[in-house]
Amino acid sequence: MCPMRPGVALIAAVILLTALPVQALEVTVGYIQWQPYQGPVLSTTLTKPEDAGLKGAELGVDDNNSTGRFMQQHYTLDAVVADSRDQAVNELRRMQQAGIDLFVLNVPADLLKQMTEAVGPDALVFNAGAEDDSLRTADCQPNLLHTVPSRAMLTDALAQWLAKRQWNEAFLITGPTDNDKAWVAAFHRAAKRFGVKIVEEKPWTFDSDLRRTASAELPRFTQGDDYDVVVVADERGDFGEYVPFNTWLPRPVVGTQGMSPEAWHRSVENWGAGQLQSRFEEKTGRPMISDDYAAWAAVRAIGEGVIRTKQAKATDLLTYLLSDEFQLGGFKGRKLTFRTWNGQLRQPILLVHPRGLVSISPQEGFLHPKTELDTLGYDEPESQCRIAD
Amino acid sequence: MKPTLRQLGPALGLTAALLAPAAVADLAYVSNEKDNTLSVIDMDSLEVVDTLPVGKRPRGILMSKDHTLLYICASDDDTVQVMDLKTRKIIDTLPSGEDPEQFALHPNNRHLYISNEDDAIVTVVDVKTKDVLAQIDVGVEPEGMAVSPDGKWAINTTETSNMLHWIDTETMQLADNTMVDQRPRHVEFTHDGSQAWASSEIGGTVTVVDVASRKILKDLSFKIRGVHPDKIQPVGVKLTKDGQYAFVALGPANHVAVVDAKTFEVLDYILVGGRVWHMDFSADESQLLTTNGVTGDVSVIDVDDLKVIKSIKVGRYPWGVVVVPDPA
Repeated sequence: MCPMRPGVALIAAVILLTALPVQALEVTVGYIQWQPYQGPVLSTTLTKPEDAGLKGAELGVDDNNSTGRFMQQHYTLDAVVADSRDQAVNELRRMQQAGIDLFVLNVPADLLKQMTEAVGPDALVFNAGAEDDSLRTADCQPNLLHTVPSRAMLTDALAQWLAKRQWNEAFLITGPTDNDKAWVAAFHRAAKRFGVKIVEEKPWTFDSDLRRTASAELPRFTQGDDYDVVVVADERGDFGEYVPFNTWLPRPVVGTQGMSPEAWHRSVENWGAGQLQSRFEEKTGRPMISDDYAAWAAVRAIGEGVIRTKQAKATDLLTYLLSDEFQLGGFKGRKLTFRTWNGQLRQPILLVHPRGLVSISPQEGFLHPKTELDTLGYDEPESQCRIAD
Repeated sequence: MKPTLRQLGPALGLTAALLAPAAVADLAYVSNEKDNTLSVIDMDSLEVVDTLPVGKRPRGILMSKDHTLLYICASDDDTVQVMDLKTRKIIDTLPSGEDPEQFALHPNNRHLYISNEDDAIVTVVDVKTKDVLAQIDVGVEPEGMAVSPDGKWAINTTETSNMLHWIDTETMQLADNTMVDQRPRHVEFTHDGSQAWASSEIGGTVTVVDVASRKILKDLSFKIRGVHPDKIQPVGVKLTKDGQYAFVALGPANHVAVVDAKTFEVLDYILVGGRVWHMDFSADESQLLTTNGVTGDVSVIDVDDLKVIKSIKVGRYPWGVVVVPDPA
């Protein structure tokens, strides 16, 4: 580079000085994503994008900056999609050493707990990847908030709708993984709460006649006494995609496939959601999914907190986010807030099929003394957590 | 011999004038977001007298200051259409930037301030020369737009940044920002220009700002028996010329709030159709029309009695409404 003449340098410095905001507040959010390999599945073409989650966090930072520049605030994302558990832990350490104390983690529950402990109580952590109910009922950490809905919220949303439709008798097909089992446990609870009867529960074990395809096997598999609906628990999408239209009785399929409860889906267009969808698609070239939404909501919650409190200290942000003052516009038709007992973001849950929105829970008529959103998931008396105390 | 049409012409002059599309009564134009049409309502009979095809996803509509033209945000066509109110034909389009949603016309009848929702900018267009005069960076999802009666200020609301952006119309640059509650949708100046009223859809509030100091005077909130607070989502705001009332459309609460514009006291809630969004007064302000998106109709409120006197079926998802006074 050629040396600048003193005059030019001076002018450059003056321009730089005038362009710089008076007291710019720099906010860096650390984002770490690692999700374990789910094993081979029958359907390999419909896989989740590798940057699911990451892109939501990136858009959240864009959105924060669009507002922040009017407030002399600047947001950056230090983001890593790790290849291994160890790498995720190492990256967390690096970010901590760089002085980051605001984290959005898209990792499994056990790693989340470990990482939240590692960053200590003065940092603020958002769970944007673990749906485990245990994190909302017993294993709470005071500086951990959840923007991803729990399995209980998802299955409650589904069971409310089944009750509303009076499709009260369910044939439940269960997958073999731990996650599937957790989903089934959540659905059992939801079915009991909302009066849905599981008339038959059958594990999909893969020890059926392997000379036949899943779609040929399923009609026989779902033979049974009458039922209103087939419920599938297959989180990784192994066999579940073959269930709709292949049931013995002509019945709808819901659960992890068919009509599914989701935090976000491309079919939402009301409440200004169309703008969020098009911002996301323009940025990434793909539709926004639930993983992206959880990360986006976490980064936006940080942004709302910093913009309203005009500071970025993690502990003060946490206090603000759990206060009555905080509200997040989340494109779901009502303000989103955090549950003070377990740090879960209250949110409506969408019931969608692959190309359309069917309904949104909470369903009308399921009442709650405080907010109908608390009919989804673990309400205060049902949770042992009291993180705000 | 039967008289020819030509001979009858002069005698029928009056009738012919009545039959022509030219306005003979006050007319209300309603944009139907999901039908790509405008419904035309005769304000005397309170009936739909015409349905006009327009561009894709018509939302914000407004009238030129001389009442001769109607500007239509055809959001999905990325354009603003210009309709001749005499012939009810689209005669021109204006460059609008992408995804225009709401706009406001400067009192000079030339400068149109347009919110470009997808691009986080406000575009200023000269409607006469069709020049884009400025594009001003604002927050995320610009929506509400208003120009002060004296023409000095344009205010834009951004739904995700939750701000009122104050644009100095002389320099066409941002002068100030005011934080309000979640999802500000609409902003309206009082007729004397001293206050701006901005609605926050998700926050559930209306913020009244003093224009001279740009300080918040009041945050209004609403409460309707039997309606969950989360469903009270203020969108459209209309203020009477005499400074007596403010009307606030409360979206999925299906009510319009009546506010004493002097004391800021909420006086009443009027039940209208489903998901009420925008409103306009009849020319004499004796009636208020509301667009009800979900039920696909327009409610007519008697402003003296504060009661709904009629609902009029229009197209799918009516969005905006403008009353065009009878030129006679």
